[in-house]
Amino acid sequence: MNAIEASGLSKRYGSTWALRDFSVSVPAGQVAALVGPNGAGKTTLLNLTVGLTTPTGGTVTVLGGQPAGSPGALDGIAFVAQDAPLYKNLPVADMLQLTSNLNRRFDHGYARERLSELGIPLKRKAGKLSGGQQAQLALTLALARRPRLLVLDEPLANLDPLARHDFMAAVLAAAAKREVDGDGQAGGGMSVLLSSHVLAELERVADYLILLSGGRAQMAGEVDGLLAGHRVLTGPAAEADLIARQLPVVHTTRAQAQAHLLVRTSGPAEAVPPGWETHPVGLEELVLAYLREPGAAALPGPARTRKPEPMEMSR
Amino acid sequence: MTTVNTPAPWRPGSSTRPVRWRRLGAVSWRQYRFSAAGAAVFLGVLAAYLLIMGLRIRSGYASVGSCSLAARHIPRTCQIALMLFGGYHVWGETTAAVMLTVPMLIGAFAGAPILGRELETGTFRFAWTQGAGRTRWALARLALPAVTVTAAAAAFSQLFGWFYYPFFAFPADSAFSPQYFELTGIAFAAWTLAAFAIGALAGAGIRKVVPAIAAAMAVWAGLLLVTILYLRPHYQAPLTARGSQGAPGAAPWVIHQWWTGPNGQTVTSENKIVALLSHPERGYAQWTTYQPETRYWHFQFIEGGWLLVLSLLLLAVTIWLVRRRAA
Repeated sequence: MNAIEASGLSKRYGSTWALRDFSVSVPAGQVAALVGPNGAGKTTLLNLTVGLTTPTGGTVTVLGGQPAGSPGALDGIAFVAQDAPLYKNLPVADMLQLTSNLNRRFDHGYARERLSELGIPLKRKAGKLSGGQQAQLALTLALARRPRLLVLDEPLANLDPLARHDFMAAVLAAAAKREVDGDGQAGGGMSVLLSSHVLAELERVADYLILLSGGRAQMAGEVDGLLAGHRVLTGPAAEADLIARQLPVVHTTRAQAQAHLLVRTSGPAEAVPPGWETHPVGLEELVLAYLREPGAAALPGPARTRKPEPMEMSR
Repeated sequence: MTTVNTPAPWRPGSSTRPVRWRRLGAVSWRQYRFSAAGAAVFLGVLAAYLLIMGLRIRSGYASVGSCSLAARHIPRTCQIALMLFGGYHVWGETTAAVMLTVPMLIGAFAGAPILGRELETGTFRFAWTQGAGRTRWALARLALPAVTVTAAAAAFSQLFGWFYYPFFAFPADSAFSPQYFELTGIAFAAWTLAAFAIGALAGAGIRKVVPAIAAAMAVWAGLLLVTILYLRPHYQAPLTARGSQGAPGAAPWVIHQWWTGPNGQTVTSENKIVALLSHPERGYAQWTTYQPETRYWHFQFIEGGWLLVLSLLLLAVTIWLVRRRAA
């Protein structure tokens, strides 16, 4: 079962395309990270996924084929929008009651226990909580709905490093627990889709990565596969252009006499040119390289066979 | 700190029944109880004022009623009673003018923020992604306050009718005249519901609370003005009668008056009319078109009816806006 499946998904605002011809299949039970520069269409994609926005073209389904925004999809998805919007004048306890009344399932015991662990008083108004506490409250409300898909839009944006760590730990704990509890039962696990600028934080958590750029998918796939599919070659800068003609180079960094080439690999035992060193690539390094080369693409399916010619992707 | 506490797993297929209306009603109530409390205080003060003043007007009316006004010499106590009653009348007229703004204030302040605030602060992203879905949520959010303000307005117009009754009975004023028609009968409740529906739509369309309230009040006032000037006189073809009062006895709603000369032609010059006033025997006559007071309830139901239809239409458009509104 796929947690999210988009096909030819497009969204236009006026004359600008926020998202164009976007296709992806995110398997269930994974933590999928959505990254990309500002204005790349991340929020648009998330809004389409949770049914807040309707697409201009294409389709997006969630939780094994339910159309986004349909009653079944809404029932199974919990969404925390950017800046975690809450009713600021309502006390925390009222927010729990309200969310419970808006949903078929709500785990009051879990919510209260988690808030007391976090030291968030039930009587305090939501608007009087700190930014980190508001984010945690919004996450608690979402998790207490027992979603099968948790969607988070920039959940880490306004958090300090410690709060970021706590927040992601809570998301991972919930996702991991679900897998154990699921007993292999269909739909038992919780999938997560989150967008973020904080690449270092994603490295620890993401199973699946989607890189959006200019409204198009530039890279999509399981993180392990993406990392195994690339390597970094380091060698003399003078030979860099020669190598680039022989190998599929995504991005070249030159530092005086040395050049670092991010290269696609087709297998683990690929030959290394003489005089060059090879080492595996990190997720942050990989994402940054693709962000610097908007023309390059690494996509599953037919797109993978394309050569990384810059002109290819920018029709 | 890592949170180890996680919720119990979700079991698919447990139930497909949507979230119950009663629970959505509880959400609606939780969201508007503060504004409801504010409105209750405002209306409570107004109601207390109407009650106290109403009792004084009634005792004044009783003293006037015990006087024989047909006598050549009105006793001094009766003169005082009449003066007092006249003073109360001024109070009553002022109160009626204030009352006319109540549907606009209640409707706009109750209606515009419901969706306007959600859209302005971004909380709709929370509300519209819950399991209940945005349509059921919006219906619950709108229906409960709509019914409440309409019921409150209906009760209020009853209270106002009681308060103002002596002046209608005297008869100093006609309940059919434009400044009292929408305060009495079912019109007051209908105009309040219309203000609420206009406010709700303005909130959903403008997405900002304060501009939506302002727009709702302006549109409502414009609608009332257009209704009084152009619509209401034509609910039924007015009657025409000779004289300045229409039919004798009742207190009709005078629509239009004019003079005719001996040959039946309309006299337009004011100087001529003044000159001719002293010579009615020369074939000059005054004419009045009017709506007889017996049509009062007929007109009330026509106006209440189309306002109800309009309000439901506006609320339907509001729900439609919520359904198609993209984030």
